[in-house]
Amino acid sequence: MQFMLLFSRQGKLRLQKWYVPLSDTQKKKISREVIQMVLARKPKMCSFLEWRDLKIVYKRYASLYFCCAVEDQENELITLEIIHRYVELLDKYFGSVCELDIIFNFEKAYYILDEFILGGEAQETSKKNVLKAIEQADMLQEEAETPRSVLEEIGLT
Amino acid sequence: MPAVSKGDGMRGLAVFISDIRNCKSKEAEIKRINKELANIRSKFKGDKALDGYSKKKYVCKLLFIFLLGHDIDFGHMEAVNLLSSNKYTEKQIGYLFISVLVNSNSELIRLINNAIKNDLSSRNPTFMCLALHCIANVGSREMAEAFAGEIPRILVAGDTMDSVKQSAALCLLRLYKTSPDLVLMGEWTSRVVHLLNDQHMGVVTAAISLITCLSQKNPDEFKTCVSLAVSRLSRIVSSASTDLQDYTYYFVPAPWLSCKLLRLLQCYPPPEDGAVKGRLVECLETILNKAQEPPKSKKVQHSNAKNAILFEAISLIIHYDSEPNLLVRACNQLGQFLQHRETNLRYLALESMCTLASSEFSHEAVKTHIETVINALKTERDVSVRQRAADLLYAMCDRSNAKQIVAEMLSYLDTADYSIREEMVLKVAILAEKYAVDYSWYVDTILNLIRIAGDYVSEEVWYRVIQIVINRDDVQGYAAKTVFEALQAPACHENMVKVGGYILGEFGNLIAGDPRSSPLVQFNLLHSKFHLCSVPTRALLLSAYIKFINLFPETKSTIQEVLRSDSQIRNSDVELQQRAVEYLKLSSIASTDVLATVLEEMPPFPERESSILAKLKKKKGPGAVSVNELEEGKREGGELNGGGERGGDNSAIAASNASTPSPSADLLGLRTGLPVSAAPPSAGSLLVDVFSEAGVNDDGFLRDLEPPTESSDSLLAEGPGDSDSTPPPPPSVVSEEPAPPLPESDELLNKFVCKNNGVLFENQLLQIGIKSEYRQNLGRMYLFYGNKTSVQFLTFTTTVTCPGELQSHILHIYTCIIQLNVQAKPVEPLIEGGAQVQQVINIESLTDFCDAPLLNIKFRYGGALQNLTLKLPVTINKFFQPTEMASHDFFQRWKQLSQPQQEAQKIFKANNAMDTEVLKAKLLGLGMALLENVDPNPENFVCAGVIQSKAQQVGSLLRLEPNAHAQMYRLTVRSSKDTVSKRLCELLAEQF
Repeated sequence: MQFMLLFSRQGKLRLQKWYVPLSDTQKKKISREVIQMVLARKPKMCSFLEWRDLKIVYKRYASLYFCCAVEDQENELITLEIIHRYVELLDKYFGSVCELDIIFNFEKAYYILDEFILGGEAQETSKKNVLKAIEQADMLQEEAETPRSVLEEIGLT
Repeated sequence: MPAVSKGDGMRGLAVFISDIRNCKSKEAEIKRINKELANIRSKFKGDKALDGYSKKKYVCKLLFIFLLGHDIDFGHMEAVNLLSSNKYTEKQIGYLFISVLVNSNSELIRLINNAIKNDLSSRNPTFMCLALHCIANVGSREMAEAFAGEIPRILVAGDTMDSVKQSAALCLLRLYKTSPDLVLMGEWTSRVVHLLNDQHMGVVTAAISLITCLSQKNPDEFKTCVSLAVSRLSRIVSSASTDLQDYTYYFVPAPWLSCKLLRLLQCYPPPEDGAVKGRLVECLETILNKAQEPPKSKKVQHSNAKNAILFEAISLIIHYDSEPNLLVRACNQLGQFLQHRETNLRYLALESMCTLASSEFSHEAVKTHIETVINALKTERDVSVRQRAADLLYAMCDRSNAKQIVAEMLSYLDTADYSIREEMVLKVAILAEKYAVDYSWYVDTILNLIRIAGDYVSEEVWYRVIQIVINRDDVQGYAAKTVFEALQAPACHENMVKVGGYILGEFGNLIAGDPRSSPLVQFNLLHSKFHLCSVPTRALLLSAYIKFINLFPETKSTIQEVLRSDSQIRNSDVELQQRAVEYLKLSSIASTDVLATVLEEMPPFPERESSILAKLKKKKGPGAVSVNELEEGKREGGELNGGGERGGDNSAIAASNASTPSPSADLLGLRTGLPVSAAPPSAGSLLVDVFSEAGVNDDGFLRDLEPPTESSDSLLAEGPGDSDSTPPPPPSVVSEEPAPPLPESDELLNKFVCKNNGVLFENQLLQIGIKSEYRQNLGRMYLFYGNKTSVQFLTFTTTVTCPGELQSHILHIYTCIIQLNVQAKPVEPLIEGGAQVQQVINIESLTDFCDAPLLNIKFRYGGALQNLTLKLPVTINKFFQPTEMASHDFFQRWKQLSQPQQEAQKIFKANNAMDTEVLKAKLLGLGMALLENVDPNPENFVCAGVIQSKAQQVGSLLRLEPNAHAQMYRLTVRSSKDTVSKRLCELLAEQF
């Protein structure tokens, strides 16, 4: 896989993960192009697109589009299920995930993705194992967390 | 604000995100962000040391701002500090920031690498994974240098935790992809293969991606993986859906792993071991059988996962292309999918069938689905599916069904989407030509194409029809008649006028006997279209007219009248004006004999591959055309078109014209150099003129109808490095096309084959010095521009273009055509008298290449614009890594490279004294290792080296045999790639 993008129906990018080295301008240009192309598709159309010499595989979940760019010889259907498994992971972690969860906890969305996919390849496809890894990390966090002052709690710092 | 379920550690961040979301306008957002940035900056700069939590929060805010699309130019140091925190979440944010905002500051990289090193040796699996994720996410060369040795050890160590192994495997994969030269094969490789047997499915899933990539590059070293993969696959395929617990996905056992296993097997030919092969065939049959079973779930995830495996299995069956039974079963299965209600499956079935169509075993089986595919072309609602249907029709076409398929595609063109019309046109044109039994059908088809989709008929297509008509006299009369009829239509496409003009100009006489198409009728018909046409078409028509004068003397006065009219002879377009003048003159002073010779019928064209095919390949990339066609053709579009060669011709012409200042730099600029009145009056030289002009002209009259390179306005530029790829010059510079490379630029280039430093160029004004260094596939070049005068050079600009660079700056990872990635840092626009400025150029070799990048320099010296183009001395040998080897090894490798095309040889005269020491120095300068005591003859020289590029490494061996007596050399180069041998030989033959 070369990159993965999550974006809203309004075309706002919510998550971007790049597995090939590109400059920031290139990334921006590609995102713009791909988002535009996918948003122009009607419902019922097929989930695969040829783009440059890559394949775009996308699926819409509620207000969010999940979109992967894979190499030409890559399997489209299994990529579609990569997307679905990632959605399942987010859903399980956040409990009925919605776009706002991903906006406010973007760093978590990245961590989960890193546990699932690394360097563009599936690292661990078991839902249990991925979530176990994330939960262990959360445990470490809770242990380490020291009480915050009231002011900080309400976000005034 | 939503209730955040977990990890709500940073309220300040949440508040900030809310604020941003509440911004009503882009301006408000920017204002809020700037406020935050100022706040963070002051916190970071403040005297009070920040605690880890605050640092984490601010770094996270910066990350959020960056991901919104704003630039972030600080905070890296704070993020790096977080890496060494012993609080997990702080470390985690630090790593995330580093992964997203990689910074090439070397001091920072040192610190980052240190932190990673500490975490890798911490023996805390969570920390180790974080560090590995960071390496995999960044994947830079610096990281590869630091960790490519360490990670294999972690991967195969007995006491490494499973989760760490998984991360290590994919981390190593990423490093191998970016810097294959730094990941050294070793003892670990055989142990990696055995990870296929690991009992942890997650470890197998991760490791197999690494193994697949390594196998692609080193198939022999990893071939034991085949039997391991087959037995693993067999265990999965035969397991019940609950056996694999959490690795079962919607009742499908381990779909990801199955697909990866099937993919790995596609790196190898069918297993030789009968037992292994039998087991594999059994697996494939089981997978095909399962497709027929009723689904275990109605969920789309179930069928997707199941079919993903099925399609991967079919890919493997097609890859083997040796099991007729399986191929036909695959085809039948896909046939069922062609009418499936899921659009995705119909799409994939059409796509997969395309490859099946090229197998001799399944071609006939594919053909039975023709009606379904035609129906898909007509009724599918999604254009990408229709596109697949068109591709499949093209792939399944043969002599038996060509007429039906071409007819269907033609009728589809009428309503086809604009996005695929051009490609459809090319396909129809190719099929019509390839399967034409009688050429009248071919001519009808192409004229229909022009009628239906004239705008999408590219030059290649109409060039080709003319080429074929000229070469086949049995169709010329028919073509003339048909085109004459087509031109009767009140509105016909300009391409039709072009074809009509050309064909009637050549063969109008064949239908002139019929009073309905008498010479004058033909002429009037053509001329009635004249005023609606563009300049190039009018130019072509004028040439047709002069041909008419030769064919039909009775039209002479009418045509002369037309040529003499003000709208021709005083036409504001120089090209048209010149033609009118010359043709008028030619027709009035040349004798009938001279006229008949000059305007003789075109001789047949040499048979060559259709340029249309080349165009289609270029348009679609290799995947679009069937394997057979690819093999028939040569490698690249540019070469196929004979583009390089042609470009060379043109630049030679351009160079010879260079002394005449050309007032306009358009595509006709070549000819406008000659004032009209200066046209030589004598028939003899006029004849030459007519030829040389048409030779470089767009009308194609006297040239061989091969299209020019990429763009039609590249006539002035040298073939591949055409002017279009130059970025637009800064506004301060006069926008003049870059000059063609200096005639001596090749010679200058040759001077630098064996050395890296020196003076590249010098004239009265300017001196250009070069210093360069190369490592692996990278190079850095310093150019020093010295102003030799006492006057300032103004608007000094340089542009570097690479051969093969496409018009738009397509990322190099997405195209195979770009061979070199060259980035030039901008240079000072002003050089004081006597001063020198420096420019840095970074070079990355992506694959092997022949043509050097072009350096164009423009500046104003005392008001006059100077414009010169040189070749940058970047030659393929610069990327050599010397390889030392013993005599035995050398000759063994030499023998391995025994295919005729792998060798290039040249015998040439010595240009310089045959001094052994000088020769040695030169060969060392070449970059290869000079091997002593290898060749039995001590007079001879042998060298070995590996050419590094991003895509591949090409091992090369060289042998130079001097013959002092004859003052001759024999040079032999062998390398694993034919183009490399050839190029090295060419380069070196100029050196001694």
